[in-house]
Amino acid sequence: MTVNEPTKNQPVETVPMLSVRGLQKIYAVPGGEVEAVRDLTFDLAEGELVCLVGPSGSGKTTLLKCISGLMEQTSGTVELNGSSVTGPPKSMAVVFQEYGRSLFPWMTVHANVELPLKNQKVPKAERAALVDAALKSVGLDHVPKSYPWQLSGGMQQRVAIARAVAYRPQVLLMDEPFAAVDAQTRADLEDLIRTIWKQLGVTILFVTHDIDESVYLGERVIVLSSSPTVVQEDLKIDLPAERDQLNTRALPRFMQLRSHVYAEIQRAKLGPVTEQITAQRRTAVK
Amino acid sequence: MSPLKRVAYFFGLPILLIVLWWALSFGSTNFFVPKPIELAQTLWTTWIGDRFVEDVLPSLGRLAVGLFFAIGLGIVLGLLIGSTRWLRNLLEPLLEFFRAIPPPVLVPLLMLLIGVNDSMKVAVIISGSIWPVLLNTVEGVRAVDSVLNDSCRSFGIRGFARIRYFVLPAVTPQIMAGVRQSLSIGLILMVISEMFASSSGLGFTIVQFQRNFAIPEMWSGIVVLGLIGLGLAIIFQFVERRVLHWYHGLKEITHDS
Repeated sequence: MTVNEPTKNQPVETVPMLSVRGLQKIYAVPGGEVEAVRDLTFDLAEGELVCLVGPSGSGKTTLLKCISGLMEQTSGTVELNGSSVTGPPKSMAVVFQEYGRSLFPWMTVHANVELPLKNQKVPKAERAALVDAALKSVGLDHVPKSYPWQLSGGMQQRVAIARAVAYRPQVLLMDEPFAAVDAQTRADLEDLIRTIWKQLGVTILFVTHDIDESVYLGERVIVLSSSPTVVQEDLKIDLPAERDQLNTRALPRFMQLRSHVYAEIQRAKLGPVTEQITAQRRTAVK
Repeated sequence: MSPLKRVAYFFGLPILLIVLWWALSFGSTNFFVPKPIELAQTLWTTWIGDRFVEDVLPSLGRLAVGLFFAIGLGIVLGLLIGSTRWLRNLLEPLLEFFRAIPPPVLVPLLMLLIGVNDSMKVAVIISGSIWPVLLNTVEGVRAVDSVLNDSCRSFGIRGFARIRYFVLPAVTPQIMAGVRQSLSIGLILMVISEMFASSSGLGFTIVQFQRNFAIPEMWSGIVVLGLIGLGLAIIFQFVERRVLHWYHGLKEITHDS
């Protein structure tokens, strides 16, 4: 198989934008504990677009909640630009999967995008300019006065993306943002993310369960094992920077990479790597 | 529905009932049964003029002040209790207990505590109509959407801004459902508070008429109460439509799909 070696062991030249070290999350449930995330370690350099892909139920959302400071991890550290994340950091924005529940239904599209800026006391004129620019960048400058529920699902998710863009974060976290939209809208939104990423130079961590999506979008794909989650593979995506739905997806390299990730996911479904290793060790001891 | 049709629906049944009432009571000589025309005349002569200023307006004033404080306090306390878990756990059984006490029984108690005056009557109205708003607000705050909550947190929307832009609007549907109940409870308590040891007000006047066998006048007082209730309902509907237009729009769309 002609796939690069994992990049996680390569030396990092500068302080990474986002650094996750030995992250573990154990939920207390009635009658015991559930270990959702076991041991995750990876870095995102400034301006990287990295996709996290894993089988369903692999603790992707848990991981993202820990990184975004919405949930406290059991052990391990998350560092944003060198400082430890203990609550939602100012320079981070999150786009959730449930677009219908992440926008305020009592506010217009414009007001939704504006609210985080208003909350940060950004002057009115600057605010208006930022909101207009953000709405334009997602192709929604024609509906500022509509309410989110008057828009289609894909458009609602665009509003959520515009809200994150207007906020000017250093790191943008996206939790399966396109899982609930139809395939065509999804392709458009994927291209939108690539465009915004290039325009803003923002660091993006994109969580998905869709293998093709992860390969198409990412500069790097981190494959997670099934729960309790560990990093199964950290894969560099050496596709051309200019990607488009027709040609990129038809490239032999794209096929290769997606097959590789697919195989990894299948392997992941069999169980966590560490368990396999300990099982092997046990047999070796015998 | 065309406006004409809507007007026809609105007035259709009332007019039909009045005609029926008129026909059935046409030859009646029963002292206790009022006749429509007689009642309309009494309504006019009894309530328009001095009595409107001396009895109806003070009653309405107390009702307005009572409802204002009941709704205001209900929302503020509801937001506070709803968003503080230990406070909620501490107070909830107690609140259910107080809610279960029929407010009219508080009248004698409040008379002793506050005295026989306007404040007592306003207190009676508050003591009864605060509960639907308060408990609905608590329930609403508890049930705010978790994803919206996470959105607020991730954008650093906290404290007062969180209440103003997120919690309060999110709870408005529940608050309005509570207010709707509070209005009718408030009207009932307005009348009851005036029936005890009072010298003016709608409740007092109606009881006074009944004791003096002024039957048409008594009936006309009941009609006035009905009209006040209708007025409240119309104001409520007007406000609700403006405040919750997003909610109705959202509901319509989710029901369609």
